[in-house]
Amino acid sequence: MANLQFDLVSPERRLASVEASAVEIPGADGEMTAMEGHAPTITTLRPGILTVQHSGGQDQYVVSGGFAEITASSVSVLAEQALPKSEVTQEIYNQMIADVKAAYDNAKNVFKNEPGPVDDAAKLLADMVAVGTHIGLDSGN
Amino acid sequence: MPSLKDLKNRIESVKSTRKITKAMQMVAAAKLRRAQDAAEASRPYTERFNAVMAGLAASVGGSPSAPKLLSGTGSDQVQLLIVMTAERGLCGGFNGNIAKLAKSHAQKLVAAGKTVKILTVGKKGRDAMKRDFGSHFIGHVDLTEFKRVGYANAQGIAKDVLGRFDAEEFDVATIFFARFENVVTQHPTAQQIIPAKFDQADDAEATLYDYEPSEEEILADLLPRGVATAIFSALLENAASEQGARMSAMDNATRNAGEMIDKLTIQYNRSRQAVITNELIEIISGAEAL
Repeated sequence: MANLQFDLVSPERRLASVEASAVEIPGADGEMTAMEGHAPTITTLRPGILTVQHSGGQDQYVVSGGFAEITASSVSVLAEQALPKSEVTQEIYNQMIADVKAAYDNAKNVFKNEPGPVDDAAKLLADMVAVGTHIGLDSGN
Repeated sequence: MPSLKDLKNRIESVKSTRKITKAMQMVAAAKLRRAQDAAEASRPYTERFNAVMAGLAASVGGSPSAPKLLSGTGSDQVQLLIVMTAERGLCGGFNGNIAKLAKSHAQKLVAAGKTVKILTVGKKGRDAMKRDFGSHFIGHVDLTEFKRVGYANAQGIAKDVLGRFDAEEFDVATIFFARFENVVTQHPTAQQIIPAKFDQADDAEATLYDYEPSEEEILADLLPRGVATAIFSALLENAASEQGARMSAMDNATRNAGEMIDKLTIQYNRSRQAVITNELIEIISGAEAL
């Protein structure tokens, strides 16, 4: 199977650097799977779960946002906050939800007559809640 | 001439000072390693980020609809200086050098008729800047409670700065910090973060990327993150520089204390010898007089 170089970095550390066969990315406009020979693409991420298929099985990471750079032979994901799925505890998840909620409330107050930013923040919150459902954590909603 | 007892006390006190500086040096060395590791861990992110941003900026930057964070407000009248220093002293010229650079920068801007606003991160910088530029002061970020700076800290600062930018409080923002080179050398550096400047890589990513969503939207999304990333890497560089500076300052202090102890010990022994000789002379002359 053809492989591509997969890197996942957050500002604080490099989380993964492996040879992968396919990477499933939660893009801002929808999920996409990158395999070898993918057209060069840059996309922003929404909160979601990133799945990496490699020879040793598959790894899953929870990412909160950022962007991904895809070329024919590599995928680099620059996540704002990323954690292996197994490390996301209820406590961390609650914090993530609280952050997004605060941003949403803030947007509602600041942009009273502009629906754009408020909708964006609402979408972020909805995505974050969806992540919780995915990994079986309680979003408190 | 100090008495024997005085000398003995002084030697004791210098000895305990040496113990303290030695301990501080070792603590700084341990912290330095951690700070350096953190700085290194953030490097891949920063490098990739800047490479992508440079590509994006090159393709969108020229257009009149480019975001203000990239193209600027069209003026450079109001300048924001973000001065980042340590929360603590006893680290040689570290805080002083950053403050000096920021001050000379501020003086130049004031002389050129610009409005200068100052935001400080770190207590030491605040004290230094307040003395000379108290009236230009607009805020301070306190990181005393945080043992290790995280990306969240940088995001907090970035949010504050971006909020002020959106409120049109300033046109140009520059950060001041010390770039870590090695344990003995740290360079005070000024870096402009708003409007953003990216080194145009010459190998300018010959690949043509598809952008999803559009280039403009990605750029608008990434630019605020770029500010946070720049601040974060400055914070990390600063943390490493601070520990490096403290380590060499404390190494010097330990060595000086050692020299001082040697000198005082010689002086102590001489005076002791003199006292003994004196006593002998008294005894002998007493005996002769009989």
